[in-house]
Amino acid sequence: MPIVHDTHLQDKLASCIEHPNGCLLAVENLSFSYPDGHAALHNVSLHIEAGEKVALVGPNGAGKSTLMLHLNGIFLGDGQIQIAGMQMDKASLPLIRAKVGMVFQNPDDQLFSPTVFEDVAFGPLHMGLPEAEVHARVERALEQVGMQIYAQRLSHHLSMGEKKRIAIATVLAMNPEILVLDEPSAGLDPRARRSLIELLRQMPMTMLASTHDMRLVQELLPRTVIMDQGHIVADGPTDELLTDQALLEAHGLEQP
Amino acid sequence: MHINTFDHYQTRNSLIHRLDPRVKVVVTVLLILSNVILPDGAWLAFALTWGMLLFCSLFARISPRFLITRSFVALPFAFAAVTAIFTIPGQAVFEFNISSWHLTASDAGLIRFFSILIRGWISVQMAILLTASTPFPDLVHALRHLRIPDIIVATISFMYRYLFVLSDETVRLLRAREARSASLTGKRKRGGSIRWRARVAGSMAGQLFLRSYERSERIYNAMLARGYRGTLMTLNPHEMQPKDWALGVIALVMLVIIQIVGRNYSG
Amino acid sequence: MLPTLPLLRPDALHIPDGFLNLTVAIIFWILTVIFIGVAVRKTRGQFGERQIPLMGVMAAFIFAAQMINFPVAGGTSGHLLGGALAAIVLGPWAGMLVMTTVVGVQALIFQDGGLVVMGANIFNMGLLTALIGYGLYRGVQGRSRKARLTIAGVAAWLSVVAGALLTAFQLWLSGTSALRVVFPAMLGVHVIIGVGEALITVAALAFIWQTRPDLLTEEEPKGGRGWIFGGVLISLAVVLISPLASAFPDGLERVAMNVGFIGTGLDAPFEILPDYTLPFLGETGMSTILAGIVGMVVVAGLALGVMWLLRRPAQAES
Repeated sequence: MPIVHDTHLQDKLASCIEHPNGCLLAVENLSFSYPDGHAALHNVSLHIEAGEKVALVGPNGAGKSTLMLHLNGIFLGDGQIQIAGMQMDKASLPLIRAKVGMVFQNPDDQLFSPTVFEDVAFGPLHMGLPEAEVHARVERALEQVGMQIYAQRLSHHLSMGEKKRIAIATVLAMNPEILVLDEPSAGLDPRARRSLIELLRQMPMTMLASTHDMRLVQELLPRTVIMDQGHIVADGPTDELLTDQALLEAHGLEQP
Repeated sequence: MHINTFDHYQTRNSLIHRLDPRVKVVVTVLLILSNVILPDGAWLAFALTWGMLLFCSLFARISPRFLITRSFVALPFAFAAVTAIFTIPGQAVFEFNISSWHLTASDAGLIRFFSILIRGWISVQMAILLTASTPFPDLVHALRHLRIPDIIVATISFMYRYLFVLSDETVRLLRAREARSASLTGKRKRGGSIRWRARVAGSMAGQLFLRSYERSERIYNAMLARGYRGTLMTLNPHEMQPKDWALGVIALVMLVIIQIVGRNYSG
Repeated sequence: MLPTLPLLRPDALHIPDGFLNLTVAIIFWILTVIFIGVAVRKTRGQFGERQIPLMGVMAAFIFAAQMINFPVAGGTSGHLLGGALAAIVLGPWAGMLVMTTVVGVQALIFQDGGLVVMGANIFNMGLLTALIGYGLYRGVQGRSRKARLTIAGVAAWLSVVAGALLTAFQLWLSGTSALRVVFPAMLGVHVIIGVGEALITVAALAFIWQTRPDLLTEEEPKGGRGWIFGGVLISLAVVLISPLASAFPDGLERVAMNVGFIGTGLDAPFEILPDYTLPFLGETGMSTILAGIVGMVVVAGLALGVMWLLRRPAQAES
């Protein structure tokens, strides 16, 4: 059963549900099963307002990645999803994909072009933007992640930390309103992780990040959602949830 | 771990490097073609071709030694042409016996053999110069401009990107196998029968296949997430400049000269 | 045995430029282009939007899988070429496209195989292997696992042998090698290399079967029944011709000579302007000048063709 710990938040959610347009992202009663029959999400509801920074934590197999893939319409489950006032359906998909910037866990999956430039240009190009605008966007996105001089580099020559930054730039070039990150700090050495946290801290947009990195959650994301076995089991301020030893242990998590 | 030795691109700043990749691809193919249709024993034309290649490589500031060292990849194939020495009729130059075989080398056969060898050797150096002076992504653009079907160009582009990722993965698999198949010192034969060893290798290939298959699904998702709808769009970073045209024409003129020389002065 | 050592890898099938004459190279380019053209259309229907990432990564997979080896004896090792494997797991057309890309990239990046002879290389290593590999395998589709794996092994073995024999034929037709030497040599070496190919292919399929049976036990086969016919026909041809050609190379050479087949390689293949004179004018100064003019026209035509190829295509974005 979903337990919502914070009453303030419950009020906020209620207002969100009454005025879904006030919410940047609203997921209502979302359920999803894989073709092999494995049920990954059960009646998940989640509301995020513009400017919020939300952590999505839980053990492996809890459904975090599955949920994230729904926010971009890559998976289409049963239930309602609204993003920036648009109902998720086939017609709105291209617009929604521009609003939701998905950063996948493994940058080698996300950086599929030979050069950095081509990868960052992929999103804007497929949004149908004219050539000059594509160039401007690539330049700006690379500048935002501090990688301007990397445009002509080959992706396979980059370090893990550099790849992560470029992966973020590939979605920034689409001007998203919400940044959805799957395990942003996975596979990074301490220095690269630190510099990534600093980079994410500067990002003004709404953010939803799934992670096992509790220190990153504590530093960066004021609100935490805990998932387990396809359910949202807790949703509240990070400070409160991360001090609730019993709750964390019940879902295979550790205090930072 | 990176398998960068794959990439033979040499970063320099030269006119050859800056040349439009389309011109480089077309000129390289035409020159190799010219090589192939030069008659046997056209030594002067071969020398001219090689001189031109040398000039280009110096111009591109890529050392001829690099070309020559790399050109030996085609050497094992020379064995295929050895038979020409002894089977093409002509004046006997020398003869010898290997066990019960009596072999006679003919002059025409020798000319043929060395002509094939030189054609192959010069051609492979041309291809090496092309790769050494053109970043691979530019070659991919050139192919797209040259009307190779989109799906093939896109497949090549993806293959190039994941070549390195999957090769790294393979090297890790091979290393893991190596680590597990430790043997008692002094015992050379290890790891069971050939069949068993083949099965281990095959399982690695199967595992690699599944990982690759699943990776392609994740990549597809990442493409969808950034607005991919079935048609791959690309920018066109290259535009033919007057210097590209000029060099293309010079190369064509050289080609004609080489052919004229080759047809008039062959041994 | 030293000279054959480098040949104990499927690399021996990557023909470099200069070893095939233009006629043979062009014939195989034409055949290859026809097959690729059909394959491009067929795979679009098979995979839809997923096509590009799947085939690109699969091409990289074949390339990487060719690095996997297993020691045999005396410093030699077994390797995978992968044409049959690709055709069996991806379907014949997709397998052909994937192998085309692999051969193309190997030539472009590593100079493994030439550019002008690439058509022949693609045909030998990518198209023929896929045809035999899938054709035979398709014949036992739906049968027991054991039957399918056995036939897959036979098909993989035969695909390498066939590729090698076709390579030998091309070398002979080009006047590069004597059939009586190159044919038994290629056959002998690749009969052994093929065993490695078969063992790895079978083990790889068995592994996939165990882990993702859904990829191999599809409801609808990836290719029609016509593939069985093609695969069996070519296999029979290989099996019947090999002993004959090995035993009586002289006979085969004589037949070819009589048909005017061979010998193409002994001279420059096409003499548009033999010795720079026009035959009907005889050996005169005028003839040479005229020949020069005709030459210039040919070059101009060539240049125009090149210009058309280099033309900037319409912008990709609308």
